Amino acid sequence: MPPVVQIEDIHKIYESGEVPVHAVRGVSLEIQKGDFVALMGASGSGKSTLMNLLGCLDRPTRGSYRLDGIDVSRLDRNALADIRNQKLGFVFQGFNLLARTTALENVELPMLYGARRFTSKEIRTRALHCLDIVGLSNRSDHFPSQLSGGQQQRVAIARALVNEPQVLLADEPTGNLDTRTSAEVMGVFQKLNDDGITIVMVTHELDIAHFCKRNLILRDGVVVRDDPVTDRSFSASALSKISEAEAVAKLISAKG
Amino acid sequence: MRFASIIKVALRALRRNTMRSILTALGIIIGVGAVIAMVSIGNGAKAQVEAQVASLGQNVVSVFSGSVSSGGSRGGWGSAPTLTVEDAEAIDREVPDIIGVSPEVRDRNQVLANGLNWNTSVNGVGPDFPDIRSWKIAEGTMFSEQDVRSVAKVAVIGKTVVDQLFANTDPLGQTLRIRNIPFKIVGVMETKGFNLFGSDQDDVVMVPYTSHMKRISRRTNINSIILQAANPEVIERAQKEITEVLTQRRKGREADFTVRTQIELAQSATATTQTMTMLLAAIASVSLIVGGIGIMNIMLVSVTERTREIGIRLAIGAHGRDVLMQFLIEAIILSSLGGVLGILLGVGSAQLVSHLNGWPVVVSTSSIVVAFVFSAAVGMFFGFYPARKAAQLDPIEALRYE
Repeated sequence: MPPVVQIEDIHKIYESGEVPVHAVRGVSLEIQKGDFVALMGASGSGKSTLMNLLGCLDRPTRGSYRLDGIDVSRLDRNALADIRNQKLGFVFQGFNLLARTTALENVELPMLYGARRFTSKEIRTRALHCLDIVGLSNRSDHFPSQLSGGQQQRVAIARALVNEPQVLLADEPTGNLDTRTSAEVMGVFQKLNDDGITIVMVTHELDIAHFCKRNLILRDGVVVRDDPVTDRSFSASALSKISEAEAVAKLISAKG
Repeated sequence: MRFASIIKVALRALRRNTMRSILTALGIIIGVGAVIAMVSIGNGAKAQVEAQVASLGQNVVSVFSGSVSSGGSRGGWGSAPTLTVEDAEAIDREVPDIIGVSPEVRDRNQVLANGLNWNTSVNGVGPDFPDIRSWKIAEGTMFSEQDVRSVAKVAVIGKTVVDQLFANTDPLGQTLRIRNIPFKIVGVMETKGFNLFGSDQDDVVMVPYTSHMKRISRRTNINSIILQAANPEVIERAQKEITEVLTQRRKGREADFTVRTQIELAQSATATTQTMTMLLAAIASVSLIVGGIGIMNIMLVSVTERTREIGIRLAIGAHGRDVLMQFLIEAIILSSLGGVLGILLGVGSAQLVSHLNGWPVVVSTSSIVVAFVFSAAVGMFFGFYPARKAAQLDPIEALRYE
């Protein structure tokens, strides 16, 4: 089976300022279906630019990108929008849910755009199903302001899933969450990946990267390391470790 | 995106900040309200003028002496009286479409009765006058053709003269002295009220035109001739025929008369009110434009505020056109709602003005429809630029916006 993501020697050069910025300088990589990639790198390494290219939010200056067999490198704005709608799911650090809109309506949003036409009933059913996958079907009528950070991020994940994308793209999804919640959210990602969903995640925390299966490190616009993850963390055990640590901390503060 | 969803999203966005939406719509509300009120009041004035003209009688054609260069309503009223009774008789003979003729001679005189005196209009008319003018006799009778022939000293008076000189008595059979000549009162006209120009139509004494010309004014020519056409279809033809007859009689001399139909009188009388109405409406429309600018301003602010939201929608798969439609529909809904409220405000104020001032008011359906369509168009026009700005945002930049 062909890889879901096939990138060949892509470059991205920004010409906006006085000096052109060569953010991505010839990256080639393949991602198979079911992979779980952590994309790491310091600021200025080009990882955000690479994510934007992967997410079809931007077009490469040079090189080719085949997503699910389709060459998306030269598509126009509207065609790229359709690709994003059908084949990709986005999860952001800041959750980016629509305020004053219920969780259910947020998850339904991608189905309201794009070429496919669903009936109102289909839209509702699919949205509820995705909320169920992330364990929030009992909060479908809550507003984001009534949800915790972890819950909001899970709604965002449900939204990303609703059109059955080929790749889930997550940009520092645990950046705004505490340790426990981060572990919970990573648990959701791991469960989705076990069910066969391909995930590419940008992170700068090694701990988070250890939940993934593959580590890609970028520096100065090129890939410098591409290794499978050894001693992988798993959400369940991570959570129990956190609980133990919290219990110990309580005992210490009670004693002292 | 499905249309129903767009409407829902737009309404929600407007409700998000109700106060702001109302204040923005206020420009449109006031603009539309002003236009509707002006036009309604103007139409009422026009209707009132038309009613006044209609009350002058049915199918009336008037011949005035003195020529008129343009369609003025006052030109030709006795500036150089050159019409004669013979002219009237010729028209009566030769124009078949005419069913009533009355020469008119006008004058003002002091009249005396019961030891009281009163300065009033004393007019000489023919016996057809009440029929032509649809102005009936309330008591007694109109003088007859016989009275005209015998230059009789008989008079028919209006209600105001009755009130002034015969307050508690029955005027019929009593004597009225005009230029020291005794006239016997044979009839009282029904009350007519004030006319277009503010004159009291009931302040009048009418005598046979022959009596007026021989005994009172001592003249050989008349001020005007009023005629009644058989029905509305033949009025124009009658007008032409009358003109021909009179022209022939003048045998090549310059035409020193004007023949006007009632319709023409109505048109020239309403011309002024129509111009005024259009002028007022135009001025009121200016506030519509200002309202539209207000909408554009607020939509621009709204787009900036919702940059992140736009970025999310674009990232998730919205086309530029989807975003454009979303904001454009929002602007159109805002301005249309403003239009509806403005229409209600306009109709209400027109009724209020009418109630306070006693002016008539006519609210036409067409003006309401036009106002509504116009307000929607204002939203579409002024909302387009902000909507386009929103549609052209770059998703990556938009998502980064604080």
